[in-house]
Amino acid sequence: MAGELMLAVEGLWKVFGGILAISGVSFNLHRGEVVGIIGPNGAGKTTLVNLLSGFVKPDKGSIRFRGERVDGLPPHKIASRGLVRTFQIMRPFHSMPAYKNLIVPLNSPRVRKTRAGALGDLDSVAIDILEEIGFERDARVPYKTAGSLPLGYLKRLELARCLAMQPEVVLCDEVFSGMSMSEIASMIPLLEKMQMNGITLMMVEHRLRELFKLADRVMVINFGEKIADGPPALVMADPAVKKAYMGAEGQQ
Amino acid sequence: MTASEQRKKRIERSITVRSRSIYALSSWREMTFLLLPRAALVASLCILPLVLGMYWQRVFCAAAIYAMLALAFDFLAQFVGLVCLGLSMFIGLGGYISGGLNHYWGWPIWLSIPAASLAGAVLGTLALVPCLRLRGVYFAIISFMLPLFLVSLIIATSILGSTEGISSLDNLPNIWIEQYLIIGALLLVLFGFRRLVTEDFGVILQGIKDNDQAVKASGIDITAYRIKAVFLAACIGSFCGAYLSHLYGWLGLSMFAMDFSILPIAATVMGGMGTLAGPVIGAFILTPLSEGLRGFGQLRVVLYSLLLLGFILYKPEGILNYLERKYFQFERWEKV
Repeated sequence: MAGELMLAVEGLWKVFGGILAISGVSFNLHRGEVVGIIGPNGAGKTTLVNLLSGFVKPDKGSIRFRGERVDGLPPHKIASRGLVRTFQIMRPFHSMPAYKNLIVPLNSPRVRKTRAGALGDLDSVAIDILEEIGFERDARVPYKTAGSLPLGYLKRLELARCLAMQPEVVLCDEVFSGMSMSEIASMIPLLEKMQMNGITLMMVEHRLRELFKLADRVMVINFGEKIADGPPALVMADPAVKKAYMGAEGQQ
Repeated sequence: MTASEQRKKRIERSITVRSRSIYALSSWREMTFLLLPRAALVASLCILPLVLGMYWQRVFCAAAIYAMLALAFDFLAQFVGLVCLGLSMFIGLGGYISGGLNHYWGWPIWLSIPAASLAGAVLGTLALVPCLRLRGVYFAIISFMLPLFLVSLIIATSILGSTEGISSLDNLPNIWIEQYLIIGALLLVLFGFRRLVTEDFGVILQGIKDNDQAVKASGIDITAYRIKAVFLAACIGSFCGAYLSHLYGWLGLSMFAMDFSILPIAATVMGGMGTLAGPVIGAFILTPLSEGLRGFGQLRVVLYSLLLLGFILYKPEGILNYLERKYFQFERWEKV
């Protein structure tokens, strides 16, 4: 499935005070794909998300989003183009009701432009998005203060914030971490629905079994380098990947 | 019956049960219930100058100025997340610009005050822009140093009257304009801010305070929003400064005094942080109090500090939050 080329990353480098976080990573993302990024702890997965979303500036290499260079742009400009991210540690606006959290992305220049001339207040748009992502309107969950919501809802709120941006590509930084099996099971249809709506997903994950249900392709990162890229079954059979995950002794 | 057999039962008035801030009004009774505290505040502000003597009218003006500064502080601290310890910079900028325009170029006050409010806001904002990327205590420290920097600048270069100040500025035409101009401005700022923080603009600022990274990830330029918020606060402060210079017909380095930075913060703590109306109430209690305690000389500062300590220790929620709670709750004793 080679749709429109959404994201083209070439030779990305990032060094943090002498430690090589990302070295020469290149890959492409096409429209509608779900790509998983996996790798051991400290491999540089979150750094990759930070680089793509502009929160960290790369030292070398280029990032093209729909053909245009975005590396070096500030985070809000990148997000405004439709390349949005979630945070591994959820960052809700904790003092506001959940639905007010979405007033912020709904006021971004990107969404304002597409909504130009549309009537109706943003609060109801926000509540519709939350309901779509699994906030029970009847139970008044959208009205509860974000700081008081349990983890599962906070993860959903992170995704809702991305959805409110009307994204093209969503970079998910460990949306499944800390969730129970049943919570994950209820999240998977939401992500599938996003994919069906033409959103490209790049998912950094530790929960491999759940990821493989969704992902068309998996990339493995170890010590900042991409060591494998391909369909999940092939990648996991790769000896280099086994070595990275199990350690050298795992081979014996 | 002893106290142990009874307990106090608190019942929320049904009107607040519907929501924290959205009311579905069904009767005149409910509407009056909500309007009464607001009307009482507005009415008492409007009536006070009529019953006060000459001396206390001046104190009233000072209280109103401190109240507006407290509003600016509360807005920046609680709704934008910027703790500004240098409010006196805005007073000084507004005062010196308005006084300068009036003294050197003979601008009438109805031109110099608005011009100084805007020019002071622009300069004050420009001075703070480089440190807007700083968070928490670092912004506070820089904002605290800026007025000291301006004072040294004026003394070192002997401009704008240096340590002498500039006297014989035009006064406000009469006592009624003097009083009601500042009351009007105060009410405008108070109700304006209360409205603003619930608008989308205010929600985004609140978002920046809660979590600036998530606001960036939502495609919003946080620096642009912070600049707008600082501009508003600076504009209010500069207006107060401009007004003050014409109220006394004199301006000097005391416009950069720490009082203008510290008292509004104390008023905010006392009145209730994040309530907007609270800081106004705090300023109208603290300013007359510090005037009334003048007879105690140096002891005044001690009494004043004790009062503040008491508030921080025993009523950290502030006066307004306390009153609001009492207003919205019935209390009655019932058997256990």
